[in-house]
Parts: sequence; C-alpha cells; structure tokens
Amino acid sequence: MDVIEVEGLVKRFGAFTAVDGISFRVGSGEIFGFLGPNGAGKSTTIKMLITLLKPTGGTARIDGHDITHNSSDVRNAIGYVPQMISVDGTLTAYENLMLMARLYDIPRAERKERIREMLSFLQLEEHAGSLVRTFSGGMVRKMEVGQAMLHRPKALLLDEPTTGLDPVARNSVWEHLFELREKFGTTIFFSTHNMEEADEVSDRVAVMNRGKIAAIGSAEELKTKTGKPNATLEDAFIFFTGNKLQETGNFREIRRARKTEGRLG
Amino acid sequence: MTSPNAIIHYLSQTVKKSYVLAEMETRKLLHDPTELISRAIQPILWLGIFGEAMSNVRAIPTPGLTYLQFIVPGILTQSVVFVAIFYGLYVIMDRDTGILQKLLVTPTPRLALVWGKMISAGVRGLSQALIVFLFALILGIQLHITVLSVFGVIIIVMLGAGFFTGLSMIIASIVKTRERFMGIGQVITLPLFFASNAIYPISIMPGWLKTVASVNPLSYMVDGLRALMLTGGTAGVGFDVGVLAVVTLLMSILSAWCYPKVVI
Repeated sequence: MDVIEVEGLVKRFGAFTAVDGISFRVGSGEIFGFLGPNGAGKSTTIKMLITLLKPTGGTARIDGHDITHNSSDVRNAIGYVPQMISVDGTLTAYENLMLMARLYDIPRAERKERIREMLSFLQLEEHAGSLVRTFSGGMVRKMEVGQAMLHRPKALLLDEPTTGLDPVARNSVWEHLFELREKFGTTIFFSTHNMEEADEVSDRVAVMNRGKIAAIGSAEELKTKTGKPNATLEDAFIFFTGNKLQETGNFREIRRARKTEGRLG
Repeated sequence: MTSPNAIIHYLSQTVKKSYVLAEMETRKLLHDPTELISRAIQPILWLGIFGEAMSNVRAIPTPGLTYLQFIVPGILTQSVVFVAIFYGLYVIMDRDTGILQKLLVTPTPRLALVWGKMISAGVRGLSQALIVFLFALILGIQLHITVLSVFGVIIIVMLGAGFFTGLSMIIASIVKTRERFMGIGQVITLPLFFASNAIYPISIMPGWLKTVASVNPLSYMVDGLRALMLTGGTAGVGFDVGVLAVVTLLMSILSAWCYPKVVI
C-alpha cells in the first residue's frame, strides 16, 4: 500500500499559486527525494503533508488518513525533522527523548526502554545526561531523527536533513536512516539541494518547479530522459527546471540556512 | 469532537500534555538558573530606589499604608508581567530553531501548548514573587503573610502570568519576527504598567486613564495581591480572581487558535 498519496494538491496565497495541483504516491519503505529550486513549492507541500498548512484544494493521505479531515491520525503516523535545529539545546538528550515519548503517549512502562534502545541505536548512550547544546552537528541530527522515530511512525519526513553537515556526519545520518527503514519499513521522504546525495540514497525522486511536478521517477530514469550520455542528476535537474542550482532564497531563508549551518558546524 | 467522550478525552489530553510541557520548561530553568538571578535585579531596583525615594516625597496618597507597602504588590505584578509578556519571543525563537514546528506536528492539543507556556511563565513568576517577598522583608516592609494569603498570591500570579503569556503569543503570531516583537514588547509593557494601580492609586488618575486602568487586567492582579498581602481583607479578592480566571481562559483559547500561524 502507498503510504503517501497526494491528489491534485493546491495551495494559493492570495493570487499566488505556490502548489499547483500536484499528484504523486510514495510506497511503503521507499526512500523518496523531493527536489526543486527555492520557491518551487517544496516547503509549502511539506507543510501541508505535516498538517501545518491547510490545502486550498485537492487532498493528500498519509497511511490512509486525510491530512485535512483527520490531522490527528496523520500526526501519529508521521515523524518530522525540520531543516532547522529542533532539539532543545537546554535539555539533556534523555529529556528531549522523554518529551517526545510523553507527547506521543508511549505507555509509561515502555518509555524508558524505548529511549534506552534509541540512545544505543544512535550511539549516544554515554551522552544521555548531557545538555544537547554541547553536541556536534551529526549528534544533533541523529537526536532529531531519534525524536521523530521514537513513536515508530509509518513515514518520516525530513526537510534538508544533511544541510550543513560534513560528509562523515552525513554518512552516519544516512546509515541510521537506512537501518530504520530496514527495521521498521519506514517510508523516508526528504527534501534536499544536494543532487549527489539524492542520487545516492533515493529509490525515486520528484523534481518540483513553479508549483508543479516537473519530473518523477528513479534517478536513472530522469537522467535518461535528458537524452545526454553520462548525464548526472544535476543535469537532469537543470533539464527539467530550466534552472541552474542557485541561491535564490529570500533573506530570511538564507539567514536561517546560515544559522543552521553555523550551529551544526 | 462533539460526543461527550471525545470532549473528555480532549480535556484530559490537554491537561496531561500541558503538565509535560510545563515540566520540561521548568527543567530548562533548573539546568540554567542564572536567568532567575538577573531577573531579580529589576524589582529590587524599583523597590529599593524608586520606592524608597517616592516614600520620602510623600506625594501619593496611600491611606492606611506606607508607600513602600503600597507598591510591593505593584512591583510584584510588574515583574510577573514582564516575564510573561516576552513569552511570545520564545515562541518566535522556537519557530526559528524548528522546535515549534516539531511540537506542532505531534498530536498535542494546541491548547496544551499554550497552557504549557502559561504554567511555565507562572512558575517563573512565582520565583519573582519569592524574591519580592524576601526583599520586602529585608527592607522591613510589613506584609500580611498567612497560609491563605500565600495561596491566594500563587493563584493570582499564575493567572496573571497566564493572561499576559497568552497575549504575548498572539502578538508573536501577528508580528512573526524577533525584531518587531522586541519593539512591540517595549511599547506595550510600560503603558500597561502606568495605566494601572501598581504605583499610584486609581483615585488620583485623570478620568480617561481611570477607564483604561479599570479594564487593565494588571489592575485586577494588583488589587487582589494588595488585599492579600497587605490588608488581609479578602472581600474583593474573589472578584479579582474570577475576572482573571475568565479572561485568562478566553485568552488561552484565542491564543491556541492564533499562535500556530507563526510558522506560516
């Protein structure tokens, strides 16, 4: 069964159409890369999928639950890792996980064991009692994945999960994500600007441009469609968006990205 | 949401999750209590300098009370409100870091996210109350301290902190950035303070200010606290608590509806 089903999803802000009737499906246990230039509508789409924004039209279902009419079931079915730093630096690793365990109503009898398991899985056992603000970038991201996976959601949605991480930390984050998929069959939906990363880890990718899905398929399929021999995913990206990878974000986005990088670095 | 069971479930979830969030906020405070010390400075200055100086002038009529006695509840109210009114700033900071988005994506009732912040502002407010009490004792200011009055002070501080926290979260959802919030925060706190009975009685105000003061929730805090801490009279306290309870509840509902918009 498909875990994420998007049908004719539309979001307008006044006269501006940010998401223009997109449809796609993501299967169970699939790793799905969500690409597109800044302003293409990726963030707006993700905000709708995680129930923070109501669609203007169309619908989406996650694990069979409608995002507009059944948001509380959707919230139980997903884990979300924002682009920015979402663990609380002024709490310990253990407390950060305990907060999530209690907010997701994990039964009291299971909480401690679940947290212990997660800390050992993330190789952070020795740091359970340390304030998270003392952690390195890779440790912070792993904590965030841990927080989002504690209630064992069907789908994990990550917004640029490895922006600002060095290659070692990036690999370690992905190894943990692969392992989670292996263990729980979690569907992993992530957005990124890093084409190499998307090519390496995704089963399929979608390229969004100007509110529409410009292309969808495996990285190989997209490369073939460019008609060029030895095309990279970046070539395919440019082919479908008519757009070089560029820093077109507004001031606030750029400041945020820099801040995130600064903190993670 | 309409069946009685669903409503009971919603309310019990709200209470349970509010407690979880308030507990975590309090833990943060315990991990780094320096904030409590720096926040103690302002009320100490108001009491120790402003209060002492004004009480020598004897310009303000405070029947039956010394001026220092008169302003203790006002200064306590002020410091609680100053703590609470900047909670919106924390919401914006949580939005900027992504903590807010993560909380909003959990199945936690919105009302619990507001109540959690309100309770945590109340806990910070109580630490202010303790400081003001202790400093008043050091200055030799006579206070009326009984089990009942302490209990009453706790209730009023929690409700007042809650009201201004809710207001602050609504402002945050409108202005959306730290810079604008800082500006607004400064602009509203002092007028709220001056348009109340905190440092002079309502009776000496011009007519229009009397009207403002009489709808200012801050006046109801001061009024209730003054009765509890000084005169020992509890006649009007029930009314003050009632007004604060109602406006705080309404504020929390409005705030729960408004503040998730800060992420958009």
